[in-house]
Amino acid sequence: MTETVIVSIRPFLAVGISLLAAFLIMLSDKANPNVREAWTLLAAFGKFAIIASMMPFVWQGGVYEYTLFNIVEGIGFTLRTDACGMLFAGLSSFLWILTSFYSIGYMRGHHEKNQTGYFAAFAVCMSAAMGIAMAGNLVTLFIFFEILTVATYPLVAHKRNEEATFSGRKYLIYTLTSGQLFLAGIVFIYLFTGTTEFNAGGIAGLGEAAPVWVLQIMFFMLCLGGMIKAGMMPFHGWLVSAMVAPTPVSALLHAVAVVKAGAFVVLRIVGYVYGPQLLLEIHAADWLAYLAAFTIVTSSLIAMKQDNLKRRLAFSTVGQLSYVVLGTCILAPYSLVGAMFHIVAHAVMKITLFFCAGAIYVTTHKENISDMKGIGKQMPFTMTAFTIASLGIAGMPFIVGLISKFHIAAGALQMDEPIYVVVLIISALLSLSYLMPVSFNAFFKENEKGDFQKYGEARKDMLIPLCTTAVLAIILGIAPNFGLNLFDLAKTAAESITQGMIGGGW
Amino acid sequence: MSENFPILIVLLPLSAALLSPLFSYLHRDLGRWLVTLAIACSLGCSIGCLQQTLASGEAIHYWMGNWAPPLGIEFVIDPLNATVATVANFVALMGAIYGAPFLKKSSWLETGGYYTLYGLLATGLSGMIITGDVFNLYVFLEIASLSGYGLIAMGGQRSVLASFRYLLIGTIGASFYLLGVGYLYAITGTLNMADMAVRIVPLIDTPSFKIVVGLFIVGFGIKMALFPLHGWQPDSYTYAHPAAAALIAGIMGKVPIYACIRYFYFIFAASGAAIGMGLQIMGIMACCGIILGSVMAIAQKDFRRMLAYSSVAQIGYLIVGMALGNVYGLIGAVLHLINHAFMKGSLFLFIGGVQYRYGEVNIDKFGQLYRKMPIACWMFVIAALSMVGLPPTAGFFSKWYLVLGSMEAGPVGYFYIAIIIISSLLNAIYFFRVIEKIFINPDAGLKEVNPQKGKLELPWQMLLPILIMGIGILVLGLSNATIVSDVLQFALPEVLIK
Amino acid sequence: MIESLNQFLAAKGIYILTLILFFLGIYGMIMCRNYMKKLMSMNIMQVAVIFFFLCLGQKDGGTLPILQTGLTNPDLYVNPLPHALMLTAIVVSLGTTGVAIALLLRIRENYGSVEEEEILRRVDE
Repeated sequence: MTETVIVSIRPFLAVGISLLAAFLIMLSDKANPNVREAWTLLAAFGKFAIIASMMPFVWQGGVYEYTLFNIVEGIGFTLRTDACGMLFAGLSSFLWILTSFYSIGYMRGHHEKNQTGYFAAFAVCMSAAMGIAMAGNLVTLFIFFEILTVATYPLVAHKRNEEATFSGRKYLIYTLTSGQLFLAGIVFIYLFTGTTEFNAGGIAGLGEAAPVWVLQIMFFMLCLGGMIKAGMMPFHGWLVSAMVAPTPVSALLHAVAVVKAGAFVVLRIVGYVYGPQLLLEIHAADWLAYLAAFTIVTSSLIAMKQDNLKRRLAFSTVGQLSYVVLGTCILAPYSLVGAMFHIVAHAVMKITLFFCAGAIYVTTHKENISDMKGIGKQMPFTMTAFTIASLGIAGMPFIVGLISKFHIAAGALQMDEPIYVVVLIISALLSLSYLMPVSFNAFFKENEKGDFQKYGEARKDMLIPLCTTAVLAIILGIAPNFGLNLFDLAKTAAESITQGMIGGGW
Repeated sequence: MSENFPILIVLLPLSAALLSPLFSYLHRDLGRWLVTLAIACSLGCSIGCLQQTLASGEAIHYWMGNWAPPLGIEFVIDPLNATVATVANFVALMGAIYGAPFLKKSSWLETGGYYTLYGLLATGLSGMIITGDVFNLYVFLEIASLSGYGLIAMGGQRSVLASFRYLLIGTIGASFYLLGVGYLYAITGTLNMADMAVRIVPLIDTPSFKIVVGLFIVGFGIKMALFPLHGWQPDSYTYAHPAAAALIAGIMGKVPIYACIRYFYFIFAASGAAIGMGLQIMGIMACCGIILGSVMAIAQKDFRRMLAYSSVAQIGYLIVGMALGNVYGLIGAVLHLINHAFMKGSLFLFIGGVQYRYGEVNIDKFGQLYRKMPIACWMFVIAALSMVGLPPTAGFFSKWYLVLGSMEAGPVGYFYIAIIIISSLLNAIYFFRVIEKIFINPDAGLKEVNPQKGKLELPWQMLLPILIMGIGILVLGLSNATIVSDVLQFALPEVLIK
Repeated sequence: MIESLNQFLAAKGIYILTLILFFLGIYGMIMCRNYMKKLMSMNIMQVAVIFFFLCLGQKDGGTLPILQTGLTNPDLYVNPLPHALMLTAIVVSLGTTGVAIALLLRIRENYGSVEEEEILRRVDE
């Protein structure tokens, strides 16, 4: 299949629009908050419109590409919209709209300080996520990756108390360290192959460029950047600390941009730099898959012990993100589809969960699950959405989570590794056992203290986004190609990665 | 006119500097304007020379008094030193504009004297950069150093002591260099760089030559504050006159490195065991300096002192690039020379602004500073990110080339990569600490020393350079591919191109 | 024995002496606790460098480097270039000394002494 390439600046517009918005938001610091929020919403819709306008062509297997200038000699500042990137870009640009509405509701409902900085940093994060999605080569990817690192820092440290400052530091230590190793890996790739362009199925000639052990170490260094951002164990520390941030930030961190960007980087490296074929030869992805499987089980076990709702969700994220990494590292065509679609599935479900957690917190100021007994009667919509998303995480049929998990499991069978299927089943049961009690508490337990009577349902501008995502989770579960054809994009991308793959047990 | 550009680069600031007290006597501001204008013209001449040499593809030779070399002294301008001269003069111009508010209340003599020294410093640095004669380089080195001592001494009470110590150590460095020149003259019988490059070839393995290399390393090492010869530097940078600190920290430490590159790669053509050994030793010293400088910087509370130690580390980057001895390494070194001049200059301009308005340099007192000085603080953030080496700021790209060069150098290079990575992370610690103080910590209740009326947070003379340098860092970062492919590529020594 | 000593002194001795003088200067700068003495040691060091250069220009049987009619063989003249260079170096050294003395005066004004210990004590106060 030859790709049709159109030279178009549209990818850069998609990235630039939120940078511009960030700038405008900073400028309208002292103006009316409505003006400021207008910029955010305008950029969110504008970005989605640009991405959506590119979609039809990408569905047909086309690619938009543009090189703005050379970053360093021989490496262009290139954005190109292949299927894999568009999947992530389409997803995050859509969720940004919902998150923007939700943020506005949350920040106003909660009377947060420093909202200007918050919205500006948020917009920069979205630019960076978009850039990561559409980056055409490793260096461009790295630039956006580091921008994301820096832009997320103010969000993590948003509360500006001691705990937030500490989390911010922890976040920086983890991500900057991995970033530097990532850089060293990129330099290696560039020096040995003379290119950093992503190529579906791997960069040609990488396998002969260096001894196997060097390739393995470099794979580790490259993936470490993504793994730490994706919060894989044992590098998940920052993610849990970062829970001090306001809930929309957590939603952004956990569902839309940051951790997904990490998983996405792993996907890019496996699929587009090393290629499954080379990885099968040098066995570098195996240990990553083991680590992912370990993370999936362990994080679920830890999640069960958490009473703080956001922390429980954080550990759930750690586990779910490892699904993506696991699916990627199984290296089978089906599991790659599953991994990519799980980026979508998990985003939709986890953002719902975090939206719910935030809605509960703003409305009732409750953070602990043990305090939420009987809350379902006061906030029926919120808790229903929460339940739907929880069931989805566990892999209930007709909800989006099943589709991705099914594909990952199918891929594991394709590669003759049934152990991963076992892991998936265990994890599904575990996630039921840590998420269901929340819904159970909310709907079927009596509110002993009776202190919920005075609260009603959440604010409209928070309720609508979370209901939308919950509904979306169901729709995508029944018709995975609804809207943006994301499932087909995942399939196209997986096909292009695994094309010409010989051997591998099927 | 344009054929006289090379001499004008030096002559204009020199004459302006000498006339400055007289003009200041007539009117307090005239001397300042004269020197600023002269440096601006000198910058124009540097750019003109750069264009000429790039267009013609050959070095510009300017014979002093029309005496033909090797007898006469000549200025030689090739793409490398034209670039460095442009950067040096640019930073000097920014500093000259920036200095005005600091001298608002001083007498005509102090203003005139300050700008005399400042002009002389610019003269000395430009002269060192563009000269084609080894002894001439010594003279300009001393002009720059002497005026540097004066500028450092003008910073306040403590600065006199710092300046005196620097004077002692700096003179040792200059003497070592002079001894080296003596040896070189003794074995080659010439002082002209181009002539020497030819005559040195058969002598490259003689013992005398080894001594020369050793003397140069010590001499330039002292002047550039290469670890462990950096003892003078933290005090001097810390207590230097806040308006001159940008030039002193940004350029004065870099020019000896340029001179080193000129000697080792252009004149000695990086051949022979002695050079290889020398570069290796410098590389190891640089690595120690990178780590030690970064660690010491973390321990500082005084922002300026932190920057000074960070300079020790950053100088190490340049030396590592130089010691690698491949194309990428040298490009990285020269690019970092340019970038670091901007970054360090911009950081010193920032702290000068804080010092001017609040009289405070202690990092712990910076709480919520960004509400009071938003522009300066954002420019500081850019410079800080660049120091850490995060894209898309300029610092990332020089690091990219350095890492690329290290990777190419093989096993020794892996060691350098580890050092560079560790140092980036240490940089991140001390710069993000300051960012944290400025943006997150509670208001420290600073009292204004020089209250600012109106909308601007600082006088425009200070704000403008801060803004230009800060944005310059971003521009340098984004345009680095152009800089490398259009300029630096032609600045490489012949040895490496083969 | 004496002959060889003479030969050695004629060929290298003077350089060794200047080297000793040079390092004596540096030694003084490091070891002296008095800033004035440090400054004087610095001058000694500079003088050693000047000596070194002058020795380079010296030639056995050379005469003044002033053109004399009929004498066109350059071997008969002492090399004038090092002397010219050293004129510059002496000026530089004079300038450095001047700046240093000015600084010392200020130090004395500020701290009331040029003894290092005394100054360090006052700085710490």
